[in-house]
Amino acid sequence: MESRGFDRVLETCAAWLLGVLWILPLAFAIWTAFHPAEYQARFEPLAPLTLENFVRAWHAAPFARYFLNTTLLCAMILGVQLVLVTLAAYAFARFEFFGREVAFSLVLVQLMIMPDVLIVENYQTLRKLGLVDTLLGIGLPYMASAFGIFLLRQTFKTVPRELDEAARVEGCSFLMMLWKVYVPLARPVYIAFGLTSVSYHWNNFLWPLIVTNSVETRPLTVGLQIFSHADQGIDWALICAATLLTSAPLLVGFLLFQRQFVQSFIRAGIR
Amino acid sequence: MTRLSANVHGWLLLLPAAVLLAAFTHVPAVATFWHSLHTTPKGNRPARFVGLRQYETMIEDPVFWQAMWNNFLYALFTIPASVVLAMLMALWVNQRLAGRGFLRMSYFVPTVLPLIAVANIWLFFYVPDYGLVDVFTRVLGFGPTNWLGQRDTVLGALMVMTVWKEAGFFMIFYLAALQQLPPSLSEAAALEGASRWYFFRRVIFPLLMPTTLFVLVNAIINSFRLVDHIVALTKGGPDNASALLLFYIFEVAFKFWDTGYASALTMVLLAMLALLALGQYFFLEKRVHYR
Repeated sequence: MESRGFDRVLETCAAWLLGVLWILPLAFAIWTAFHPAEYQARFEPLAPLTLENFVRAWHAAPFARYFLNTTLLCAMILGVQLVLVTLAAYAFARFEFFGREVAFSLVLVQLMIMPDVLIVENYQTLRKLGLVDTLLGIGLPYMASAFGIFLLRQTFKTVPRELDEAARVEGCSFLMMLWKVYVPLARPVYIAFGLTSVSYHWNNFLWPLIVTNSVETRPLTVGLQIFSHADQGIDWALICAATLLTSAPLLVGFLLFQRQFVQSFIRAGIR
Repeated sequence: MTRLSANVHGWLLLLPAAVLLAAFTHVPAVATFWHSLHTTPKGNRPARFVGLRQYETMIEDPVFWQAMWNNFLYALFTIPASVVLAMLMALWVNQRLAGRGFLRMSYFVPTVLPLIAVANIWLFFYVPDYGLVDVFTRVLGFGPTNWLGQRDTVLGALMVMTVWKEAGFFMIFYLAALQQLPPSLSEAAALEGASRWYFFRRVIFPLLMPTTLFVLVNAIINSFRLVDHIVALTKGGPDNASALLLFYIFEVAFKFWDTGYASALTMVLLAMLALLALGQYFFLEKRVHYR
């Protein structure tokens, strides 16, 4: 028993060492962003705090516009995804149509070959559609989410058939049934999917970088990249402030709703 | 429901998603192959069929091989490191350690940050001389190092950053798996007087196997899919020492505008993902039941 206690202490120490090491980069960015530039590598506990860096960063680039763009983008993608994914998952879960199995395997292909790797062709497609440098263009390849279809199909399949029957006896059409029975029962799955979708598209970078070339369409990630590489000397405090601004909504959301976040990721992960 | 109405309704419900999926996944995948057999159209010169010429160019292109090698090394080091760390993290966070809430938060936080933001923060560490890494190594008596600016350190520097970013994400899946193990297992092990290491090796580890395979597949996909940090930190340099395959595709397609060649390169990427899918189908399907 003695040695178990010792093991325990050793393990706790190791876990904490890793924990501190893991939080260090972020803690460091926060330190730099909230202090005047002369304290950026001097860690004095009583150094004066300031919001100055955030104010300067906010005015040094059109971050307000970038925020708007990212918010619109995420909302648009999620909105369309929810509708398309719900309809498709319902079809796969409850209708025995011709070619269902083949169609489902074709949907699953997108889990492996994500739009992220088809940038060359998808860009040509956008060009033909005249959607280069539009928010719709950034979102379009992601709107039919195989992941979402998969996740919801699993959930819809667990809805007992008796509920179906009962609703049909009441005179519900199949779309009403979807809306009144299936969607409410799948609520936690919708939340899980919504969180993963928003954090994916809030953070997405390469595709928006390719598609956009104006302030009016650029999302935050691309704006941040341009901002940190513009000629302004290397003002770390400014860059850290801008970086935190960009990540803040997800970060704050995560800290506030940690449990739901983690639960959602777990739910989305066990498929 | 009659057969006919099931067919009509089923397909109508599926239609909107199917159209978009086809337009941005299946058609482009096939079109990539078609375009890889052609030259890049330029100005008034349309694309010309050249058979496998693009692939011949590729075989003789040292940058392609460099990118493949880099991608291989990158996967070889980041994947095992982040999977092992993820497992450790999950085991720790799953116990009643002091400060468990803080630890879980600390491990998971890098996952929520955009990769591009992570790159910005780490750039700061890797700056020669006054970056944090150099400040630390100076204490140990080393001179300043240009971590991101020299061939033999750049890939390693990016790998460390990637492990930091990914481990917490994979931890979540292990945590989920651990929480579903019946508590009677550890009680039985305690009764038998099994050592903790033995218990882990013979009971926990095998039970986590499906999760490990799932995490591995995702880790491999990510090592091909994510190049944001390359764009932000090194642009593949110095001298292509940090170019990954997708980054090279991005450069060929959108800097040199050689879409024909970029298509051939994309085919390599697609082939590897297809292999992975087949591997998953034959190995994973037997162990993980997710129907």
